[in-house]
Amino acid sequence: MQQISNTLERFGGVNLLPLLLAVLAFLLIGAPSSWATLTVAGLAMGMMLFLMASGLSLIFGLMDVLNFGHSAFVSFGAFVAASVLSALGGWLASDSITLNALALTFAILAAMSFGLIVGWLFETVIIRPVYHDHLRQILITMGALIVSEQIILAVWGGNPITVHRPHFLEGAWIIGDVSIEIYRVFAFLLGLAAFIGLYLVLNRTRIGLLVRAGVENREMVEALGFRIDRLFIGVFMVGSALAAIGGAMWAGYETLITPALGGEMMIVVFIVVIIGGLGSIEGTLLGALLVGLTANYVGFLAPKLALASNMILMIIILLWRPSGLRPAAK
Amino acid sequence: MTLLTLENMKTDIGQYSVLHDVSFSVPEGGVFVLLGRNGAGKTTTLRSIMGLWKPSPGSVRFRGDDITDLHTADIARKGIAYVPENMGIFGTLSVAENLILATAKGQFDQNRLDRVQVLFPALKTFWTKQAWSLSGGQKQMLAVARAIIEPRALILIDEPTKGLAPSIVAAMAEAFSEIAETTTILLVEQNFSFARQIGRDMAVIEDGRIVHTGSMADFVADKALQSRLLSLSA
Repeated sequence: MQQISNTLERFGGVNLLPLLLAVLAFLLIGAPSSWATLTVAGLAMGMMLFLMASGLSLIFGLMDVLNFGHSAFVSFGAFVAASVLSALGGWLASDSITLNALALTFAILAAMSFGLIVGWLFETVIIRPVYHDHLRQILITMGALIVSEQIILAVWGGNPITVHRPHFLEGAWIIGDVSIEIYRVFAFLLGLAAFIGLYLVLNRTRIGLLVRAGVENREMVEALGFRIDRLFIGVFMVGSALAAIGGAMWAGYETLITPALGGEMMIVVFIVVIIGGLGSIEGTLLGALLVGLTANYVGFLAPKLALASNMILMIIILLWRPSGLRPAAK
Repeated sequence: MTLLTLENMKTDIGQYSVLHDVSFSVPEGGVFVLLGRNGAGKTTTLRSIMGLWKPSPGSVRFRGDDITDLHTADIARKGIAYVPENMGIFGTLSVAENLILATAKGQFDQNRLDRVQVLFPALKTFWTKQAWSLSGGQKQMLAVARAIIEPRALILIDEPTKGLAPSIVAAMAEAFSEIAETTTILLVEQNFSFARQIGRDMAVIEDGRIVHTGSMADFVADKALQSRLLSLSA
């Protein structure tokens, strides 16, 4: 293992893992067109997972809070966006790209606003009383996830809801034998934009510096004169909003959503955060891309292993790097 | 003039009572040394002053104001800096980022930065390096530099010489003496030979109780007292 690590470090470190995985998959799959389609699907899925998981990683890293209710924001984001898209059905079906884009923007903004507001409420009412107590955090946030599913059942009903995509994101680009779904490219680009935005905020601003320092040693940040609990509320709200946006994008990706979405995504989101390393945005991106690509490649190569693929990936990574690929603290 | 006063401070950590009755005053200016054996309660005293552990009962007064119940961040903003035993360096941040974080407005006062770089020239050399890559001595320098990059009235420093090479310890003693010309230092130490070089006043803590206070000069002169309180050979 150490030898593999040393060799990898010489050529760019763990950042190369998604590329190595893609190369390995190319050799195993054999058909370039299938490989390209799967790779685009994996990257898109990875970027949506990044949106969902990045907030959870920062929340755990900054305040040591285990929020099992995080995926409730994914669920609500999906359902809120689906409702907005349904209400603006005329705009979606229109040939006007402007109306299409407006409908999509409103859906994403609605999900984001929901995440921000409910994130603030969730942190204040549910998380704050259980700071520094992991057992109660797990119990209360799991409870919140169950309650959120019941709220979704009460508001939207138990039947699966079909999500309509904007007309301009329907269909695929055909390049030779390769078919690339436009929605997947859009999901990838949106996730990439979110990563770049987060990266710039964390690395180029004072708030970002405080967050990075707080992830490493929040007690010391307080001893320097900063109220980390107030900073945490902001991080929690942004993390919840990102999860809701991820949920909105996931709804368009799957096109059929059920109230169980949050519970289903919870495991995957935690796997992404654990693989990436707690508190690190770059680690979360790596973890998300690896999970996305692995799920698609294994689903094609060995469908019976598809469900277990993420767990197997996590076990391998943790045996190699027990703290994840790029944990925030050294 | 008294800068900091601890009165009948008692601190519990979980079910354990660590400080039983800690009372002493730190005068303004110079280095005040809190001596004591391992587990005597030195670190707990500093953490209780910073509000990281809350004393109950007892009080901490700084410049006459009761700061016992203030949040750690508010205590720091009153002008108290803290250098913990593990140095509290942010390893993934660069040396420059570690220092800029400790400034009130996110920018350096050039005079203070120059002073820090004169006191600890190594920091300038490794300015853009991530702090985890520094040596133990350099990390300690960074931790102290972070405490003085802004004007502070009091710096609490917890065992800064632990694990450092003698040459670094000598450099630290020189730096502390210079810092103490403008800022009061409350230093927790086990290394008596280091403490006696720079200390002006001192106290000895034993099993969570202050058992002696006085001037360092008197303590140094009284070998029997040293032997009794610190188990040093007379």
